Amino acid sequence: MAVQANDVIAWIRTFAESIRENKDYLTQLDSAIGDGDHGTNMDRGFQAVLLKLPDLADKEICAILKAVGMTLVSTVGGASGPLYGTFFLQLGAATAGKPELSLADWSAGLQSAVDGVIMRGKAGPVDKTMLDTLLPALEALKAACAAGSGLGEALRLSAEAGERGMLATIPLVARKGRASYLGERSAGHQDPGATSSELLLKAAAAAWNQA
Amino acid sequence: MKKLINKPENVVKEALEAMALAHADLLKISYDPNIIVRADAPVRGKVGLVSGGGSGHEPMHGGFVGMGMLDAACPGSVFTSPTPDQILAATKAVDGGAGVLHIVKNYTGDILNFEMAADLARDEGIQVEAVITDDDVAVKDSTWTAGRRGVGVTVLAEKIAGAAAQQNRPLKEVADICRQVNANGRSMGMALTSCTVPEAGKPTFDLPEDEMEIGIGIHGEPGRVRMKLTSAAEITAMLVNPILEDLPFRSGDSVLAFVNGMGGTPLIELYVVYNEMAKLFARRNIKIARSLVGSYITSLEMAGCSITLVKMNDELISLWDAPVKTAGLRWGI
Repeated sequence: MAVQANDVIAWIRTFAESIRENKDYLTQLDSAIGDGDHGTNMDRGFQAVLLKLPDLADKEICAILKAVGMTLVSTVGGASGPLYGTFFLQLGAATAGKPELSLADWSAGLQSAVDGVIMRGKAGPVDKTMLDTLLPALEALKAACAAGSGLGEALRLSAEAGERGMLATIPLVARKGRASYLGERSAGHQDPGATSSELLLKAAAAAWNQA
Repeated sequence: MKKLINKPENVVKEALEAMALAHADLLKISYDPNIIVRADAPVRGKVGLVSGGGSGHEPMHGGFVGMGMLDAACPGSVFTSPTPDQILAATKAVDGGAGVLHIVKNYTGDILNFEMAADLARDEGIQVEAVITDDDVAVKDSTWTAGRRGVGVTVLAEKIAGAAAQQNRPLKEVADICRQVNANGRSMGMALTSCTVPEAGKPTFDLPEDEMEIGIGIHGEPGRVRMKLTSAAEITAMLVNPILEDLPFRSGDSVLAFVNGMGGTPLIELYVVYNEMAKLFARRNIKIARSLVGSYITSLEMAGCSITLVKMNDELISLWDAPVKTAGLRWGI
């Protein structure tokens, strides 16, 4: 009941495929309140990541995650590049030296990753950003951890909490990023960053349900 | 989508290849990461000026690389900020030992990428200062937004700070002059049409034939108010009055007046707007010390314009008048 290096690669691959499938949807969400490039940017970054994955097959978990972070930093651009790049770099730093990840390791890793996103983007809850998905998902993961849930169950609960957080961005008025310039007009639209973060959590739940 | 392109994903690279061919006397271009660098960089003992941002705003920033203005530009994908590795490469390429100034438009993506790059450059021992431009009065400046957007003032700040750097002034002084231009500059823009990002393939927003958007940004992001189209006189007043009230500009002030096209508006219409602006200034006794009319900070094929005013003093005027030799701006040589 632990995540191995090949499971981490399977998660990244699942997330990359999900970004590709949802590329137009993410761009459409971003066109409503941003500048209409979130799907294209994330897809460009994760296609570059997919090209690197074969070379990472025999690497440690932390090395895989750091390589993903560096690739995103140099290929995504926009705000998403530094934010998702920092997410994976911090996740990599938090998992240094671990041959496999227990539920507690994943929870601690996600905490570091989310802290990194907060530090880089200087955003908080209900600013209508990716944190509105990640923060409730992290809380649900910690609660599942404390309640002694299995890995599969905890990831499912975490992804569900993330989805509720993502949907809760719809009525919010954006306070960070380009959407904040719209003021009240940003309300009524789901945040694209919160949506791609939900795809990340769902990909983990799907890829690791047998781990 | 109706565009003069081959493949949407190749637009930025093909345009860079063309700049290298067309302006070989002014600049050189490196790929992966993409940077546009002054032909004689690094200039020893001179502060290096680096700017950058999404592509689609041409001639900004690549068209402003050359003597008396920028030392390097980092073009991102269309409307997407450049990446830290790119900005770091540009910073290293122009460091002549006197430090490097980053001129950054206030957009979350640009700020985050330039901050990451400045951290990396300092780790390598390069002195870096950053100036953020945030002159767009259409956007509320409050702790509840990402702050005002950087728009037209960026072009003017790059010219004026570039002239100061060309005189071999130290980094802190060049940065302070750049901040002074931003602090004394205000802008507001409007759109008659939307624009289409090549890779998106369709307009960023729909704007009916008889409507316009006031307070537009330079990335096709919608503005604050949509209304029925009216005359150039009324539109100009809607742009100029908020600018004048914001700084505020007062009777007797001297200004650098910049009427900018968004990419799809002909120069003749920009002059119609300039004329209305000059009438408003005459009534308020604001003196136009210098002016710039044309499309310099654009939004692909968007039709519309923006107005930028900077309150000038003798020093800023003399720096504005100093020689510049770039693909986009050229005088005094």
